[in-house]
Amino acid sequence: MDFNLTVEQQMLQDSARRYGAEHHVFTAWRARIARGEAFERKSWANMAELGWLALNVPEDLGGLDATPVETMVICEALGRHLMLEPFVSSCVIAPQLLREAGPRASELLAAIGAGEAMVSVADAEPDGRFNLNHVATRAEATPGGFRLDGVKSHVLDGGVADGFVIPARTSGAVGDADGVSLFLASADTPGLVVEPSRAMDNRVNARLRLEGVTLGQDALLGEIGQGSARLAQAIDAGVVARLAEALGAMEAAYDMTLSYLRTRSQFGQPIGAFQALQHRIVDMAIACEEARSMTYLATLSLSGAEPARSRTIAAAKARVSQTSLFVGRQAIQLHGGVGFTEELAIGHYLKRLIMIDMAFGNADHHRTRLAELSRQAA
Amino acid sequence: MLKPAAIFDPLDIMNLDLTPEQQAFRDEVRAFFVENTPQSFKARVRAGMRLEPAEFVTWQKLLHARGWGAPSWPKMYGGTGWDPTQLYIFETEASKADAPVQFHQGLELIGPIIFTFGSEAQKAKYLPAIITGDDWWCQGYSEPGAGSDLASLSTRAVRDGDHYVISGQKAWTSYAHVANRMFLLARTDPDARKQAGISLFLVDMDTPGITVRPVVTMDEIHHTNEVFLDAVRLPVTALLGEEGKGWGYGKVLLDRERGVTAATTTRLAQQLRGARAAAATARVGEGCLLDDPRIADRLAQLELEVMALEGMVMRTMAEAASGQDSGPRASMIKVRWSELLQEVTEFWTELQGYDAMHFGAVNNAPLPGPDPWAAKGMLYSRVTSIYGGSNEIQRNIIARRALGL
Repeated sequence: MDFNLTVEQQMLQDSARRYGAEHHVFTAWRARIARGEAFERKSWANMAELGWLALNVPEDLGGLDATPVETMVICEALGRHLMLEPFVSSCVIAPQLLREAGPRASELLAAIGAGEAMVSVADAEPDGRFNLNHVATRAEATPGGFRLDGVKSHVLDGGVADGFVIPARTSGAVGDADGVSLFLASADTPGLVVEPSRAMDNRVNARLRLEGVTLGQDALLGEIGQGSARLAQAIDAGVVARLAEALGAMEAAYDMTLSYLRTRSQFGQPIGAFQALQHRIVDMAIACEEARSMTYLATLSLSGAEPARSRTIAAAKARVSQTSLFVGRQAIQLHGGVGFTEELAIGHYLKRLIMIDMAFGNADHHRTRLAELSRQAA
Repeated sequence: MLKPAAIFDPLDIMNLDLTPEQQAFRDEVRAFFVENTPQSFKARVRAGMRLEPAEFVTWQKLLHARGWGAPSWPKMYGGTGWDPTQLYIFETEASKADAPVQFHQGLELIGPIIFTFGSEAQKAKYLPAIITGDDWWCQGYSEPGAGSDLASLSTRAVRDGDHYVISGQKAWTSYAHVANRMFLLARTDPDARKQAGISLFLVDMDTPGITVRPVVTMDEIHHTNEVFLDAVRLPVTALLGEEGKGWGYGKVLLDRERGVTAATTTRLAQQLRGARAAAATARVGEGCLLDDPRIADRLAQLELEVMALEGMVMRTMAEAASGQDSGPRASMIKVRWSELLQEVTEFWTELQGYDAMHFGAVNNAPLPGPDPWAAKGMLYSRVTSIYGGSNEIQRNIIARRALGL
């Protein structure tokens, strides 16, 4: 029963926290956002140099082949310092989809690890809500490969990606797990229209339109029609990484609020002397402890067996969302009017947490998933 | 932190990186609980109820016979000397087998104070009988005017030669009606600062001047009492440690709280199993209640909150094993455990519908439907957010000690 980090993991955590604190000061962050930049290419290059981008890249491709714990440690720092680099999409989810998926995928994987490529998965379609098997995009076989047509409603970090992993249906009906194939397409492929948009957390996502996108045989990742399970596994890894990000963000919001309660004075005393506020922040502290515990459990479970793995991830996504939104909203309340302003970080943390809740299925979605899994297990 | 092969199921056994020795230990305790937990205990244990005193004694004697009478005590005082991981495995396996929690007032409250601060004579006289189950200790702390503000207690202990004479009234003295011993706090120096004038005494319940009056609680069970102390004469050897230092001795328990909270929180899985079974067996037309997605969602919500708490307990035990401080987490766990126990048993009772109304027999006619323990457990659970420092007091403690407010 060992929840402690190894010495190397602690060093990585220290390095990630230090990097965030030095390079992602809030005032600089805000100035960058005002310039319309989510992140700087320089920062991405720094992260490549630090080895973070290669954590989930296999060793024979120059990567580190690390455990989910290293990813957790990095993502916590990303959340704590509001970093908007496309780490989860490119360096957690994409590597799961590109592993052992042919020479082109391996080449791209090596490029991701070196900081030379950013890849997002186009997992969502209109009318599909959070159902990964709701794939209406069609891939028709052509003499030279495939032709893809369809719409992808939301692609995390899609506005900055150089390439996409695109689930498309090669057989079966919309909603079937069978018949979903995964394709690799670079962002400049003719017929692929990338429509970027900025989310409230300032991440640049995208909608994709695929209008007769022609791809070669080498664009197919893995077996034809068998992409669904792999996609679900990759998204699970992404979910857990985003939980760590939420944990970092909520703890930062909590820390700021606690220090505000100690220093803000009203009625001749620090507002932290009022019991109503003390009890509220204690509940926030408990929420942070719950979220940290669930994030650990989910991270550990990624390497575990089913059905515990899926149950734990579903439960963790739901609980971390619930507790982090509670903390984010109360942080604003306890800050009062200034908490509502754009110039304080506190509101940006809540916006980040709202977006993490929505990513890959919100709390309600995952609670229902847990209910179904519990029922199957009984 | 992570062994890739680790299999993990938070609601089942925490099968985390157990060494072969720990696995063998788990198998050993699992077999013991499966073979030895009396069938008649299980329904009440699952509902979060306490057993009857005689049953607690039976259970304690069973564990003692196996050498496990004091799982959390050091070996030199007759305990098992287990580490936190072993304790956690022990309690998790007990939970799975619907085995009860051991009665805690002797084992977890006064026992550790005696072996830390007591005289050799006191250790020899009292410790063995706690482990064998021959002594039953009750706690004389609260008073009518001293509940959350315990340090304002007014029971007096006046020195008279080789004796102390104790007069006052104690409230919420659970099991005083079955206990043969009581540890009580009384004021020896009325002029000292609030906490400084308080001393701790070890009392035989058959001492003249002690009157016990039953207080029946809303679950219709007689757990607790008022105790009147009318010029009770105790020999000076009844004083534990030094006069005026009684308040401070309780602090030794803070470090041990982690084990106690772990023992009780592992039992939430029992109540969840009960609620799930109730939802799965309650027929509605052609199906069952669990077919209703609203019911399934509510159950899932409780399940995931219990998982989060379980994770907190596991982290706390892991920290204890590696000698780290867990800060205020024991208080946090107490708050969340009691809240969840209430919610789960409330939901379970709701799931029973009309069956939850079958509370008591009339004219010895058999009760229709399932036994009434879920409803009784639900009523009993109301006290868990009040006793042991109410949840509001816990929040005050966390705010002051951990957050520095």
